[in-house]
Amino acid sequence: MTRSLRWLGAAALVGLPFVYTAPYPMHILIIILIWSFAYTSWSIMGRFGLVSLGHGGFMGIGAYVTALAWNYGHVSPWIGAPLGLLAGGLLAVVVAYPCFRFRIIGHYFALVTLALSGIVLQVITATRDYTGGSLGYTPERYKNGSSLYAVQFTGKTTWYLIALGVWAFGLYIWHRVDRGMLRYALEAISEDEDGAAATGVHVTREKLKVTVLSAAMTALAGALYCQYQMFISPDTVSGIAVSLQMVFAVVVGGIYVPLGPTVGAVITIMLAEVLRVSFGTRAVGWDNLVYGILLVIFIIFLPKGILGSLLALRRARRGAAAGE
Amino acid sequence: MAIVDIFLLEALLNGVLLGGVLALLSLGLNLIFGVIDVVWICYAELIMLGMYGMYFLYTVYHAPIVAAAAVCIVAVAVLGVLLHVLVIAPLLGAAPINQLLATGGVLFFLQSAATVLFGIEFKNLGLRLPVLKVAGMFVSYSRLLAFAAALIGMVLVYLFLTRTYTGTAIRAIAQDRQIMPLMGVDSRRIYLITSALGGGLAGLAACLLVLQYDVHPFVGLSFGPITFLICVLGSLGNFVGGFVAAFVFAEIIALGGLYLDLEWGYVFAFAFFIVMMFVRPEGLMARRS
Amino acid sequence: MLTLSSVHAGYGSFPALFDVSLEVRQGEAVGVIGPNGAGKTTLMRVVSGLLRPSGGTIVMEGVDLARTASHRIVELGIAHVPESRRLFPRMTVEDNLKMGGFTPAARPGFRQRLAVVYELFPRLAERREQLAGSMSGGEQQMCAIGRALMSEPKLLLLDEPSAGLAPVIVEQLFELVKRLRAGGLTVLIVEQNVQQVLRVVDRAYVLKTGRIRAAGAAAELLASGTIRDAYLGV
Ligand SMILES: Nc1ncnc2c1ncn2[C@@H]1O[C@H](COP(=O)(O)OP(=O)(O)OP(=O)(O)O)[C@@H](O)[C@H]1O
Ligand SMILES: [Mg+2]
Repeated sequence: MTRSLRWLGAAALVGLPFVYTAPYPMHILIIILIWSFAYTSWSIMGRFGLVSLGHGGFMGIGAYVTALAWNYGHVSPWIGAPLGLLAGGLLAVVVAYPCFRFRIIGHYFALVTLALSGIVLQVITATRDYTGGSLGYTPERYKNGSSLYAVQFTGKTTWYLIALGVWAFGLYIWHRVDRGMLRYALEAISEDEDGAAATGVHVTREKLKVTVLSAAMTALAGALYCQYQMFISPDTVSGIAVSLQMVFAVVVGGIYVPLGPTVGAVITIMLAEVLRVSFGTRAVGWDNLVYGILLVIFIIFLPKGILGSLLALRRARRGAAAGE
Repeated sequence: MAIVDIFLLEALLNGVLLGGVLALLSLGLNLIFGVIDVVWICYAELIMLGMYGMYFLYTVYHAPIVAAAAVCIVAVAVLGVLLHVLVIAPLLGAAPINQLLATGGVLFFLQSAATVLFGIEFKNLGLRLPVLKVAGMFVSYSRLLAFAAALIGMVLVYLFLTRTYTGTAIRAIAQDRQIMPLMGVDSRRIYLITSALGGGLAGLAACLLVLQYDVHPFVGLSFGPITFLICVLGSLGNFVGGFVAAFVFAEIIALGGLYLDLEWGYVFAFAFFIVMMFVRPEGLMARRS
Repeated sequence: MLTLSSVHAGYGSFPALFDVSLEVRQGEAVGVIGPNGAGKTTLMRVVSGLLRPSGGTIVMEGVDLARTASHRIVELGIAHVPESRRLFPRMTVEDNLKMGGFTPAARPGFRQRLAVVYELFPRLAERREQLAGSMSGGEQQMCAIGRALMSEPKLLLLDEPSAGLAPVIVEQLFELVKRLRAGGLTVLIVEQNVQQVLRVVDRAYVLKTGRIRAAGAAAELLASGTIRDAYLGV
């Protein structure tokens, strides 16, 4: 039953662009899919209590490496994006390895990674001669605009399908981690690090594995975002704000459910979009102001997230029904 | 050659002077983390508001600078208390990630509130303090002033923490939260006092930073990450460690800024931080969360 | 002085104390004994306000403790030396003692009380500037008791003060309890060292799985088989 429902949903998602092609909603859908993938990537580690606020940094690296490789080295994103993934993964190792090795956890880990995303933004700004600094950066158009080699497409349908594929890939990885040994090790670690170490779990290595996986996926999201938007700026793909936005979306959607980050992306991006459109350009900053307030209120009153709260409610209902 | 040396010395000296202000910044954040076990991600944004406060009081409304500073310190202290009462207190029992996020939400809110209210233009006090010439080096008076005031602020906090009952309770609560009622200590009251103190320190830092830097809604992003790193390196909640780390970082930033842009100073500081984690992890392990 | 009537308490949905009634009279020393997990610590926590009872009443000299904010209970004259001491490890001995005298009522007499405590424990006077966490177990226990005495209590709650200490030190500790009593202090003490504690207290309660199983004069309990039964689980 749920299985057939799932296939039906998948078919509907794939079929959508062939029956419906209005550009603006399509654009929003693509953006939602890309960010959903990024948020899913974050939760792959976040749900084991590894709260990173550095993912803005990984995303920024993925985006900028891809774009810089293309513009300066004439390297196709088919190679540039993997380079970005590699760079993101390496950075994750350099920062996370000492953290895990020396048991920097909880608030400390959050702060170190928070600083990381701030620093990546600083680097992008500091290398303004190459990256355009805070003004942003545009990968060069290849010939007439659409090219598989340059991963540049003018049609929204193509982008929609690509984003959908990557998003589904993200869910698949989640599923694999869920089924694998890694999950048991990480769950044991998040319960009790010393205990897990005592039972023979290689704590540092397991944590590092999931961190690198998550960072590389996030870098891929950055590369994808760059190719789709054909414009990146430090503020939109890196920095503390992007990191917080990821965590917020995941918490809104629900951190422990595979579709939670996606639900979070739908809600937060629609919200941001509605705020942006309704305040328009005449009131710069108002959208973020309302966003910030909603965030705080949300965290205080719905700490489990929307999907999480709904599931908890359903469980409670069932429990009550069973109790009668 | 001699010229380079003078520049180097000047940068070193400026590093020391910056270190005082950074130490002050990290002290506030450290206090709050140690006592309440919550990190104010939006700490640097409180400083930003304080800087605007100075700008408006002094430059726009022409208040005497000392009075303006006093008002700013008190105002930011009040903001700290409000932050605690409105955001932190309801989340004291919540998951740490939710606490981080909530203060992150406040960060968004404060940044955009500043954008809406004050615009995105850079503003400065327009105060021209003289530059001292010492042994061939140029040292700006404003930096000296900031350094001295930061030191005085820290000494006052130190005296408060060691000499008074409330201060002793603030140190004690960071070591054992649960048994505070046995001592007759009302933890909620201590939290409020600490929030006010942390806010007040942010306010003081704002008054000092605005002497040297322009203020704009996103200025917090320049100070925030570095403050977090100092706190982690000095081990959160450990005041002495934070103090030492602040000076080391300030030197790195000053020297990095001498040869390249200021941003590179931050980058070097971060690289240094990573190296330190390998070399001296025990400095970080003094207190784990 | 202190009266508990059918007190219930627990952690979350887990009940740890059922219908506990107990009395401590002025000037008495009363023991609470029982196997691990009996609820002895829970009982102490309920009295000092660290844990709120879910039912029953606790009255100290006419004041209902359940209605008193937990940080105000010290001001009524109850000082609690918690299980495993719980000193502030990275503060000096003297700062620890200062925390013991935190209440507004205790502050004016701080110097005097400090002198009293240092006279009682000369070792602490020698080590006043040492970090509490770096002292030996016995010294830490002295510091913990000294800290409790700083609030000039009428009733002292001691939770397993002898745990982890060498026999000689334990001996000294029980001597100290006698001296404190002689000085007019009322004592409620939880112990695993059953034989020894029963020689110090006037009366004792036997607690098991959260209920009072027996009570009586110390000598009677020592003589009867009640205690053995309680520990062996009949
Ligand atoms: N913080 C807590 N949360 C949940 N359960 C607790 C907690 N503290 C104690 N308990 C439970 O309450 C019961 C009574 O514990 P308590 O500490 O009062 O026993 P005790 O008699 O002091 O034991 P011991 O002699 O080992 O110190 C035990 O079953 C224990 O597991
Ligand atoms: Mg016990």
